[in-house]
Amino acid sequence: MSYKTQFGSLRNYEKGAVVLIDDNPKNYVFSNVFEVANRSAPYERVAVAKNFEYVIEVAKAEDTSPWFSCAHDEFVLCMDGEVEVHLIKLDNPAAHVDSASQGAHLLDCEPEGRKMGRLILRRGHQGLLPRGAAYRFHAELPGCIMLQTIVGPVTVQKWAEICQTV
Amino acid sequence: MAMLETRTAPAAHGADVITDTEILLIDNETGYRSFRAGQFLFRRDEYFARISWTGGNHTMPIDAYLRALMRDVAWGFFYGTVNFDDVVGTVNHYGEVTLFAGRYNDAYRNAGRDFSQRFASEALMPLFKVMISDWSNENYDPFAAPMETGAPWGAKNGNNDAAVTRTRVAARRMVGLPGDTPLRTDENGFPVNRMFLDVPQDQPVVEAEPGFENEVSAYNLFAYLSRSDVTWNPSVCSVVGDSLFCPTSEEFTLPVDHGNDRCEWFITLSDKIDWDIRDKETGKPRAKVITKAGDVSCMPADIRHKGYADKRAMLLVWENGSPIIPALIAKGEAPNVSVIF
Repeated sequence: MSYKTQFGSLRNYEKGAVVLIDDNPKNYVFSNVFEVANRSAPYERVAVAKNFEYVIEVAKAEDTSPWFSCAHDEFVLCMDGEVEVHLIKLDNPAAHVDSASQGAHLLDCEPEGRKMGRLILRRGHQGLLPRGAAYRFHAELPGCIMLQTIVGPVTVQKWAEICQTV
Repeated sequence: MAMLETRTAPAAHGADVITDTEILLIDNETGYRSFRAGQFLFRRDEYFARISWTGGNHTMPIDAYLRALMRDVAWGFFYGTVNFDDVVGTVNHYGEVTLFAGRYNDAYRNAGRDFSQRFASEALMPLFKVMISDWSNENYDPFAAPMETGAPWGAKNGNNDAAVTRTRVAARRMVGLPGDTPLRTDENGFPVNRMFLDVPQDQPVVEAEPGFENEVSAYNLFAYLSRSDVTWNPSVCSVVGDSLFCPTSEEFTLPVDHGNDRCEWFITLSDKIDWDIRDKETGKPRAKVITKAGDVSCMPADIRHKGYADKRAMLLVWENGSPIIPALIAKGEAPNVSVIF
């Protein structure tokens, strides 16, 4: 017997559901990453999961993102498409992002520092966004990325818009 | 039939914490050992695990019992409550563990028939490890999906220690980084699973400038998961503080009803996984969560869940491993639901 593995994509996904017996659907904070990305602006980092200060963000990758930086490690998982990640080691990270801060920050200027390298991620590839680096994404065609990080100034929380409520 | 053979050394715990466990002698008919932990007695025969305690007893099919016991051992009692079935299970207190019968069963509770004892983890875990070793026969792997392993039935027939001593893989930063958890390959003993033969095995392009080879890094997580040789056994793949990405491959059923002591999140990465949700205390059904690729759901801290996957599926379990959470739970300050909206 042969098996077909079913992944989702921006163009082709099926969403499940919370089927209630005796509960509130909001308790399950149920959403779908492809639906969220489809409904968001490029690189709008929308929280789809949150656990105390920690968060998982989803973004539609399309064209080139702004530069981001973070005082701690983050990780990106490509869920659909092909996404480039450009990394620069900041000469002075604290000048851009407080070293005690949490979450990703937008840089308001071009980053100054040494080029660290580049990743090209396709579906299922997970990459490190190292602390103290500046990074930006580029996608020729729309894709979907998921980010493991901490709630920060670029985190968008719009739970009522993305989650099953009835 | 059963006689004292070994006894664990006492440990430094409170007076109510039990360290008294015994590995009992081999049964002449079945060839299996029996075990005692406090007032709980564990025996197996050709088809069943039989658990008895002061004032009660319970029987589980041995396949279901071994699959559940295997997870409890491999997970180090995990987070919160591990219900082997509707009667027997453990509650992790992180250093101590409660072994219970009927504690999370409405009928037992209401009739006053439940029974629990609290053990030092370092006393109960070694006993469970010997039990899973002794009760797992040659060719039976309790980590494997039922179609991928032999049968657990019958009298004692060898062992499968290579299978039952596997533990959770835990990356310190990210899989594939130098010095961290290695990738899975054919060469190191992780062939692609039969249900994931169509999963692309390509690796990302990684172009690191000199001096940045340890930080410019990526790997194919889906390929990594396609090569997992266990089911329902999350392994840590990336770490941000206490935020742990713990993906896993799932086939057949989650062998336990997991009643977490904190919120955890599931992101279905491939295929379809259905979850039965029941109240953690009473076991009453509350919901079903039907998840497909890309679906995100939170498991509240006051439920127990059991998953079902026909086709082997990839699941990202996301945990907050903060050590302060048990104290918050004890004070009633940890939320049952992660997000209020």
